[in-house]
Amino acid sequence: MKCIEVKNVNKSYGSVCALDNICLRFEENKIYGLLGRNGAGKTTLLNIITGRIFADDGEVLIDGVPALENDESLHKLYLASEKTLYPENMRIRDAFQWTKQFYPEFDAEYAKKIASQFELNTGKKVKSLSTGFTSIFKLIIALSVNTPYILFDEPVLGLDANNRDLFYKLLIEKYSESPCTVIISTHLIEEVSSVIEDIVIIKNGSIIKNESREELLAKGYTVSGTAQNIDAYIAGKNVIGVESLGGLKTAYILGDGNLDTPDDIEITKLDLQKLFIQLTNS
Amino acid sequence: MYINFESDKPIFLQITEGLEDAILAGAFPEETQIPSITELSVSFKINPATALKGINILVDDGIVYKKRGVGMFVATGALDQLARKRKEQFYDSYVSGLVVEAKRLGLTETEIKSMIERGFIK
Repeated sequence: MKCIEVKNVNKSYGSVCALDNICLRFEENKIYGLLGRNGAGKTTLLNIITGRIFADDGEVLIDGVPALENDESLHKLYLASEKTLYPENMRIRDAFQWTKQFYPEFDAEYAKKIASQFELNTGKKVKSLSTGFTSIFKLIIALSVNTPYILFDEPVLGLDANNRDLFYKLLIEKYSESPCTVIISTHLIEEVSSVIEDIVIIKNGSIIKNESREELLAKGYTVSGTAQNIDAYIAGKNVIGVESLGGLKTAYILGDGNLDTPDDIEITKLDLQKLFIQLTNS
Repeated sequence: MYINFESDKPIFLQITEGLEDAILAGAFPEETQIPSITELSVSFKINPATALKGINILVDDGIVYKKRGVGMFVATGALDQLARKRKEQFYDSYVSGLVVEAKRLGLTETEIKSMIERGFIK
């Protein structure tokens, strides 16, 4: 049973509940999007999965084995976090060599190759990198590390459009040549929408959606028209949000949209970003 | 080939139709190789499972076939088959919408016919 299983995990910081009884399963060789607003608990969850912080209770199983303080399990995971944990005086090329000591499958040749694609000078020291290049440095390691589970926490922070494009392309290339489980935590939803297969949405420390992108998107739709027509149409439906503009109204609905829609109502699909905003608005 | 991420049409169907258009346009002649799942997913930045789903429709329809360890190839007779399929879809894709709009605007059947004739002369 190859998967990451999060079982009844709770975590509080003082009186603030960061994660509330999380139960989740990340299956083998899928790309997951872990989506949530700022402070929803994404980073806390990733840190607990990788054993960087401890849950108050509950457990994480990697391939069926409890991961807590278990070196063998933790070696199957790599988390590219927002924090840079490499010594700041270390040169990039030395960091590649050191990574190989901890992750024997790390492909230093590939790391060098993609570093030159990103135009990252491997002779530089970690501390001398700009925000964008610090992110790139961590992405290069994650793409080269060859663990069965790769976790990205806000991977494209500070990257320009060209480098984000290159990152997504390298990730897909890597994934389709040697499949692995990828979890991408991000709030840049539109960009990642076509890359991910399954979506986990976290809100105030709880999981509110956990399903395939296609199924989730098939469920949501938008209707717009005159306020009167829309009000009549949405009565009794699962409305997740409404916007008004003068006499016009737009409603976001979960359900099957192709049934009995009157001609005077315009119906369009809901994209992931809109759906996300409606679901996570407080 | 172009994928419209804003479209109501699912991405996998856009992959299927985009490749069909490319085959009809002669970009991939019969018995030549089409791009691999990896090439398609990398160039459009889509999940490989999505690209696979789009390609599988073409495989099921017999438009392309797999050569083990080599890749996917356009089948002999694919052009005819695609043209036939598109002709069958022609009424639904173009004619029914045209009639709805014509009625809404009060255009008569004769007027529409003469417009179609004009289109052919052009």
